[in-house]
Amino acid sequence: MRLVILDDYDLASEWAAKYICNRIIQFKPSQGRYFTLGLPTGSTPLGCYKKLIEYHKNGDLSFKYVKTFNMDEYVGLPRNHPESYHSYMWNNFFKHIDIDPNNAHILDGNALDLQAECDAFEKKIEEAGGIDLFVGGIGPDGHIAFNEPGSSLASRTRLKTLAMDTILANAKYFDGDLSKVPTMALTVGVGTVMDAREVMILITGAHKAFALYKAIEEGVNHMWTVSAFQQHPRTIFVCDEDATLELRVKTVKYFKGLMHVHNKLVDPLYSMKEEN
Amino acid sequence: MPSNKSVSDAPIFQFTNCRILRSHQLQREDLWVREGKILNPEKLFFDEKGSADIHLDCKDSIIAPGFIDVQINGGFGVDFSLAADDVQSGISVVSQKILSHGVTSFCPTLVTSPPSVYHKVLPQISIRNGGPHGAGILGAHLEGPFISKEKKGAHPEHYLSTFESGAFQDLLATYRHLDCVRIVTLAPEMKRSSEVIQELTRRGICVSLGHSVANLSQAEEAVRHGATFITHLFNAMLPFHHRDPGIVGLLTSDQIPARRRVFYGMISDGIHTNPAALRIAHRAHPKGLVLVTDAIAGMGLAPGKHTLGQQVIEVDGLNTYIAGTKTLSGSVATMDSCVRHFLEATGCTVETALEAASLHPAQLLGIEHQKGTLNYDNDADFLLLDNSLQVRATYIAGERVWSQDTFTI
Repeated sequence: MRLVILDDYDLASEWAAKYICNRIIQFKPSQGRYFTLGLPTGSTPLGCYKKLIEYHKNGDLSFKYVKTFNMDEYVGLPRNHPESYHSYMWNNFFKHIDIDPNNAHILDGNALDLQAECDAFEKKIEEAGGIDLFVGGIGPDGHIAFNEPGSSLASRTRLKTLAMDTILANAKYFDGDLSKVPTMALTVGVGTVMDAREVMILITGAHKAFALYKAIEEGVNHMWTVSAFQQHPRTIFVCDEDATLELRVKTVKYFKGLMHVHNKLVDPLYSMKEEN
Repeated sequence: MPSNKSVSDAPIFQFTNCRILRSHQLQREDLWVREGKILNPEKLFFDEKGSADIHLDCKDSIIAPGFIDVQINGGFGVDFSLAADDVQSGISVVSQKILSHGVTSFCPTLVTSPPSVYHKVLPQISIRNGGPHGAGILGAHLEGPFISKEKKGAHPEHYLSTFESGAFQDLLATYRHLDCVRIVTLAPEMKRSSEVIQELTRRGICVSLGHSVANLSQAEEAVRHGATFITHLFNAMLPFHHRDPGIVGLLTSDQIPARRRVFYGMISDGIHTNPAALRIAHRAHPKGLVLVTDAIAGMGLAPGKHTLGQQVIEVDGLNTYIAGTKTLSGSVATMDSCVRHFLEATGCTVETALEAASLHPAQLLGIEHQKGTLNYDNDADFLLLDNSLQVRATYIAGERVWSQDTFTI
């Protein structure tokens, strides 16, 4: 894995956004040759989305030939509810960029047949040629997407019941009222994300430190599902200092020492203006 | 990028680089319009997989709902209370010219007149949508003749009337045609007013209290029977008194029926009300304040003499008096200057000032699901304004109907 450690949240968000930007531009997407991106929600990626929007508004990055697949969506929450992941993606990303709405895929938590909806989502990913770069986060309980502790590391897109840790973590978005938080969600499986050609996990904040430790310094374990990515050939963990607080000093020193190598991935920062 | 057009073939407009008034706040959001209505872009994106056809850069303008003037007696030489043979053309002139003041809907107002005037004029007024031809007409506002002699203001005394013998039948005999009437101003202390107020309310006509010497309990009784508006607060009514606040007391009355709100018109031209009085009213009941112009024929013209129904008015700068007296009669204020003056005099937020001229009059008339806000599916009647609330452009049903010469997007 690559473990990229930046000083703070803003720098981590910026590094991640630059990386995504460079990957898209270097891919040279065009009509019939789309760059497929897996996307997360939550508070961690907000800074990254803001930077990507900035690059787009400056004319440096276009999403015209990008297809996106979101990781998850709550079940039973109306699509226009302010806390649905559809609302999140529209307000924090889609409305600010030039993506074709036909290419923005999010699971429908109100589908009549939820498993059929999940199967169809897997099919759409397959038809799109698989995911080039899947961006994700980590829960305080070490989960990726809504693959709660105990989820099979070979799992596919399916319906999951949320763990108490997750419900507690999400309560802040529902006025602190636990009874208002959805208890089920549709989510891509660990196996689904493992199929991506490249995976980038964003982890910021001290409250995620223990989960990061469990994910990269302990064994592969279905109780800490992010640990599955130890077996992926191309994974990048992008963190801030606070997220490394539970790691061994040796681990942190090693990867910090590699920053000059990591930074070659984001510097120079490419622009679509040059391509034209 | 072409839109999917699964719902409609009509072009979709996206107004960008602007701040829109929504949910009582100025938000940095784009405004989307299709087929004359405000469009929900999130629904468009996810349901129709659609996107905008035309992008318009608003040059950092403020976008507010179009202003609604519920009390305007005329302008530009036109007097709505004149028994003309062609009332429509006079109304059309005014409706076209007030677009530049940001008014997208209005209620042509008739002052106290003899029955013959109502019989001739009212059938010629029709409720109609606005457009490039002019602001929309929501219906007539009849101010008088059922008002108090002591508080007649500029209204002609010999045409004042009562309904004490036949109640609503008397009113009907005077006005005859009520189809296009939206608001009636009357004095609630008059005998049998409760029956009249009840019947008008039952017919969907907004009853306003004004030109009256009513005390607070008479005013409260009128509200109980359906009255929802006060015509130009402070003017032509008893002054506030701490043991009997009169009509002014409605602003803080605890006798207002639940879920009902009393609105009050204010002419904030700097003349009709001292700014301190304007602030007292605003602070006592901010959600009820409705800005009105009470403009007369002289509005928009050079100073001089003009008519207001049966009276002759002298206009000198911003002052409008009955010729030869010091009795105020209407104003020559424009709606946008009233909004600016209100903002300055009260120190309120831009959002509050804009809502006093759009949301509140729409709520008064019960049309806020259609006009007065930039909510999704509402009529796309809106204004582009600069930071000092000067109108840059006016849109009705999504179409630009007026703009400053120097402003193009």
